[in-house]
Amino acid sequence: MSFAKPIATLRTSAGLPTGRLALWWLLASEVIIFGGLLASYVMQRLGHPEWAHDAAHTNIWFGAGNTIILLTSSLSAVLGHQAAQTGDGKKAARYLWLTIGGAAWFLINKGFEWSGEISHGFTITKSGFWSFYYTAAGLHGLHVIAGATAMAVVALDAAKNKELQRVEYVGIYWHLVDVIWIFLFPLLYIAK
Amino acid sequence: MTTTTAPTSHAGADDHAADHAPAEHEQSFFMKYLWSTDHKVIGFQYMITGLLMAIIGGYMAYGFRMQLAWPGEWIPGVGFLSSQQYNAYVTTHGTVMIFWFAMPVLIAAFGNWLIPLMTGCDDMAFPRINRLSYQVFFVSALVLLASFFVDGGAFGGAWTAYPPLSAKATMNLTPLGSTLWVVAVALEFVAFLLGGINFITTSMNARAPGMTMMRIPIVVWTIVVASILFMVSVGPLVAGAAMLVLDQQVGTHFYDPGHGGDPILWQHLFWFFGHPEVYVVLLPAMGVCAEIITCNARKKFFGYQTFLYTLFATGIISFFVWAHHQFVAGIDPRMANIFTITTLIISIPIAEMIFLYIATLAGGQIRLNVPMLWALSFLAEFLLGGVTGIFLGASGSDIYFHDTYFVIAHFHYTFVPIAVIACFAGFTHWIPKMTGRMMNETIGKLHFWTTIVGFNLVFLPLFITGMWGDHRRIYNYQHFPDLSTQAMQDLRIASTVGLLIMIAAQGFFVWNLVWTWKKGPPAGNNPWRGTTLEWQTTSPPGHGNFHPMPTVHRGPYEYSVPGAAEDFIPQNQPPA
Repeated sequence: MSFAKPIATLRTSAGLPTGRLALWWLLASEVIIFGGLLASYVMQRLGHPEWAHDAAHTNIWFGAGNTIILLTSSLSAVLGHQAAQTGDGKKAARYLWLTIGGAAWFLINKGFEWSGEISHGFTITKSGFWSFYYTAAGLHGLHVIAGATAMAVVALDAAKNKELQRVEYVGIYWHLVDVIWIFLFPLLYIAK
Repeated sequence: MTTTTAPTSHAGADDHAADHAPAEHEQSFFMKYLWSTDHKVIGFQYMITGLLMAIIGGYMAYGFRMQLAWPGEWIPGVGFLSSQQYNAYVTTHGTVMIFWFAMPVLIAAFGNWLIPLMTGCDDMAFPRINRLSYQVFFVSALVLLASFFVDGGAFGGAWTAYPPLSAKATMNLTPLGSTLWVVAVALEFVAFLLGGINFITTSMNARAPGMTMMRIPIVVWTIVVASILFMVSVGPLVAGAAMLVLDQQVGTHFYDPGHGGDPILWQHLFWFFGHPEVYVVLLPAMGVCAEIITCNARKKFFGYQTFLYTLFATGIISFFVWAHHQFVAGIDPRMANIFTITTLIISIPIAEMIFLYIATLAGGQIRLNVPMLWALSFLAEFLLGGVTGIFLGASGSDIYFHDTYFVIAHFHYTFVPIAVIACFAGFTHWIPKMTGRMMNETIGKLHFWTTIVGFNLVFLPLFITGMWGDHRRIYNYQHFPDLSTQAMQDLRIASTVGLLIMIAAQGFFVWNLVWTWKKGPPAGNNPWRGTTLEWQTTSPPGHGNFHPMPTVHRGPYEYSVPGAAEDFIPQNQPPA
């Protein structure tokens, strides 16, 4: 079904494109969702020093490896944006697929990590720490999936040189997913 | 970050897009009314869904008020109400009225209708996200209603859903209903986050040429600020809701004090959202009344910029008052002092707003039509709610009043003016624009007076029973000798009779709607002789709203300008 954009979508009274403006508001709401969750975790953690014993069982190598994968995938998102800037939709799409590959690798690692932990009895109901561990990382994982899906949709369009401005928007969103992980990694893995 | 391929700046984009706007062609009923991306249709969808949900919420109120007045007796249309059902009715009434009636009608329906029309554009910035927002909202309503038909029935742990009651099926006896409740509320939040981002972006970016910040009508400002407040406050509760579902269904112990969890955490997450939420619905109601009062006082709004400052002040302070809901939850008394002070401070900008309305009225040529009656009664009734709030905001007196019917009466004196009175003010003011027909003034006045009398009869007695010690979560007062005196029971019966009057009064509204449909006289473009842009197009506005798109030359409230030919100058009228 074709969809004609209304005048409202094309206007820029505030001086920046509507899509990017909306995206920043979306990021604001995401930051507050994770902010609430992490603030709850930090408050509880301060009141429960014994959670450090649980935290000692997290696998810091998986965490560090996933951090590197996610940060590197942000690089390819930026390269995709650069390609879109020069109007090369095909190249931008290729970089986006590379980023999606990073997301997939991240999730596969996560799957190995979690199944190892669960098989050792560290389930979500084991203690308050593990409840927060799985909830926060799980919610982040959902954002990884959502970001990858959005990138796939944009990449299909970009390959046909359509809606190239969206390459930047999914890139910004992907950086948010990245930044959230940068908060999660020290809070869940490193803090002992 | 720079943009590259983003839409170029648009000197001539408006004309360009207008050339390519799809011509209005015959569409199927489904495409036109159920799958539309037109902001006006979506506004109607929100409004009708909100009103249907209000009927359900009102039915619940009827059920439990009848039980309280005549405990244990058979209730016409409900039957015998068991204690478990009573709890479900109370919970659903509160949840529905706030999340499925006040928010969709005040923010989503009026926002959808007014933001594009008042800022002079043809639709929302993201029409398809707008449609998605309504669809998610609709599904959330179905999920909530479905909880009545599952094993164990609907959730009965009050709209605040405090754990451990809400977290443990062994306590609340609604293993599925409680989870469906959380899921429905979370979906509703998603719908309003989508809608809110759309409202904010549209108002920021899609304004007509010349519609500068200081020329935006007040109701648009209030809806945008309310959307921002919602977005900034709801996040932690979304996370909290996920944690609550995990506690219910997976067996985690986030809120379980027996296993290292903390039930007070939920109270913080809930009220950090819950108190700004009061302002999320209050501010659009204030905005609706500002438009109506200015138009019908035929005077420029007094202190437009001052209003904006009080608006921002209210929004900011509303984030620092939440713990006044927890004075008896064991918080540090020093903390209680601080929250008492912030709570009393927030009444200052609100009082200032009301003074601005009174100053607008002073010396105006007041036109007492039906919308104006509603708007004026909003000020009077809301004032009662605000003044009684001072007793609850002060931690000392709240320890006595907490969880009594005084609280119920107080917040209904804020929420009924917001959700009922301001909604009717808005309906009666803008229905001529939405439908192209005038409503009946006489039936409208009958509706107004019966509703107002009924409303006051419901809640004035409850202040008194509350002061006498009526606790709010009791199914049958006959089991409590101190609370079952004849005088107290008489007041409860008076309150229930008030509710019956209020419900019956809505018959006038339905009659008026039918009358308007059948024989309402044509409204013309501008029946109230208003200045804002929505009155400068056809009633109802056609596809694309304006032909040609307007350019704005002046502020929103140029009424009774000395030397002008008419007593109002539309915003889009070029300077002479």
